[in-house]
Amino acid sequence: MRFRKPLLSALAIVIALVWVFPVYWMVSSSFIPTIQLQSFIPTFFPAPATVSNYVGTVADGSFFTALGMSLAITLTVVFFCLIFAFLASVAISRFRFRGRTSFVIAVLVVQMLPAEGLFIAQYKMVSSVGLLDSVIGVSIIYIASVVPFTIWMLRGFVAGVPADLEEAAMVDGLSRFGAFMRITFPLLAPGLVASGVYAFLQAWNEFTVALVLLPSESAHTLPLWLRGFVQASATKETDWGQVMAASTLVAVPVIIFFLIVQGRLTSGLVSGAVKG
Amino acid sequence: MSAITSETARRRKVRAPYFLLIPAIAILLLGMGYPVVWQIVTSLQQYGLAQQFGKPAPFVGIDNYVELAGNADLWWVVLRSLLFCVVTAFLTLAIGSLLALLMAAVNKAARLILQIGLLLAWAMPVVAAMTVWIWLFDRRRGVVNYLLDMIPGVEMNRFDWLAQPSTFFIVASIIVIWMSVPFVAFSIYAGLTQVSDEVLEAAQLDGATGWQRFWFIIAPMIRPVIAIVLLLQLIWDLRVFTQITMLKDAGSKSGDFDLLGTYIYKLGTSSQDFGMASAVSILVLALTIALSWFYIRSLLKEDAQ
Repeated sequence: MRFRKPLLSALAIVIALVWVFPVYWMVSSSFIPTIQLQSFIPTFFPAPATVSNYVGTVADGSFFTALGMSLAITLTVVFFCLIFAFLASVAISRFRFRGRTSFVIAVLVVQMLPAEGLFIAQYKMVSSVGLLDSVIGVSIIYIASVVPFTIWMLRGFVAGVPADLEEAAMVDGLSRFGAFMRITFPLLAPGLVASGVYAFLQAWNEFTVALVLLPSESAHTLPLWLRGFVQASATKETDWGQVMAASTLVAVPVIIFFLIVQGRLTSGLVSGAVKG
Repeated sequence: MSAITSETARRRKVRAPYFLLIPAIAILLLGMGYPVVWQIVTSLQQYGLAQQFGKPAPFVGIDNYVELAGNADLWWVVLRSLLFCVVTAFLTLAIGSLLALLMAAVNKAARLILQIGLLLAWAMPVVAAMTVWIWLFDRRRGVVNYLLDMIPGVEMNRFDWLAQPSTFFIVASIIVIWMSVPFVAFSIYAGLTQVSDEVLEAAQLDGATGWQRFWFIIAPMIRPVIAIVLLLQLIWDLRVFTQITMLKDAGSKSGDFDLLGTYIYKLGTSSQDFGMASAVSILVLALTIALSWFYIRSLLKEDAQ
């Protein structure tokens, strides 16, 4: 019995290592020279590290085209998503009105709809107005698919700011808008950051809709670029060093943002606002 | 005077929420509503290659659905998708629950290490994760075959995991489980921390064994979390288009490796049969909404509070 806890702790650490191994493998291999990766014995540590894989990966410039496309789409989605979701979340958490429940149900249902069940129609719609390969076409679909959960997430934050605080500020002479901007908005900032990062991650990682709506190589986002990169290297001997370097480039910003939002999501709730 | 202003204020208050909802409703109707309606209409039409070039699409009623019902290929795809979804979701739940219990049982340092390991895996973008896993399972230079070869008596002979459907879907399932377990483990661990220590101690003083404490106290308290997590996994494991597409890139293009998502994509792109593709899409949407209903109901309950 006395040895159980240390044993379990050792087990936990072993499991952690197993789980993190693919992530480690991606980063480690990206620094190993191609010649060494071609050996049939895997190299587990990037002992003579090199950045040549990264140089080779970005050499033809297509990485930067895809990066630009991803940034343009992601920023558009985050910007409109936050505005639309914020307005809607104020409506459903501050007002009781006819149709409120129907709206909430509709939002929750839409949130569950899979891209796999809609991309044929979305392709037809976007191509019929000539917006294939454009930032606008794919952004419209992304905003529509990300906005429901963003509304749901922000609703909690807006409801967490007591309306009494706002009314107290109005009694003290602020206008309704002023009270909102000076009192409620700062308290909502963590919620907006969390929702914004959520929207960012969704748009940045999305593959299915992008594959359908961005057929030209010049319009590819980073996930499509990465897949194309793997496909291109599959015709000859796959250059795994470059593929891993490319994967690391795509993954690192995502991992950083994800780790930020993890903490924010919990600390973002402002239940202590009145007490403090 | 004051009566009039409060009257206008009240009316403005009632109108305000509708104005606030306009942008969200507009984008949802455009990006989701219109495609769903178009899809329902198209699934009732003959919409093939000729219609792609502008020929009007004749209304054929439920012919597409009747044809699908008699299509053995589709039934295999549906069966495979459901089997994959159910097996993967339950395995994810089982492993996630065990890891959550492990988190609760170990000391702080070990717990932190386990949580960091899981978080890093969780944060990986799907496409990047797929490239790494495809390499890990590569037949010649993959680490998996290399490590299995080291076990005495095991000869992998450069085994090609992606060549037969059976091992292909085992690999797909391992990857999806790896991706999804962190969410399950963290959610259930959060549920476990809600179980009060006093109650557990009281039960222990009354002579309850570890197993009894788990079965009669902990399990009932975390049942709602488990139900929701399982439901979400079932829904998410139906939509594995990215994973299957990337694995098929590395393996075989054959239809034996299709799940619902890639099957629809194939119908729409290579055979250009939008009528049929729409009908299968409607099937996927109906399946998802049926599964989601319990989840949505539990969220609505939370909203009402």
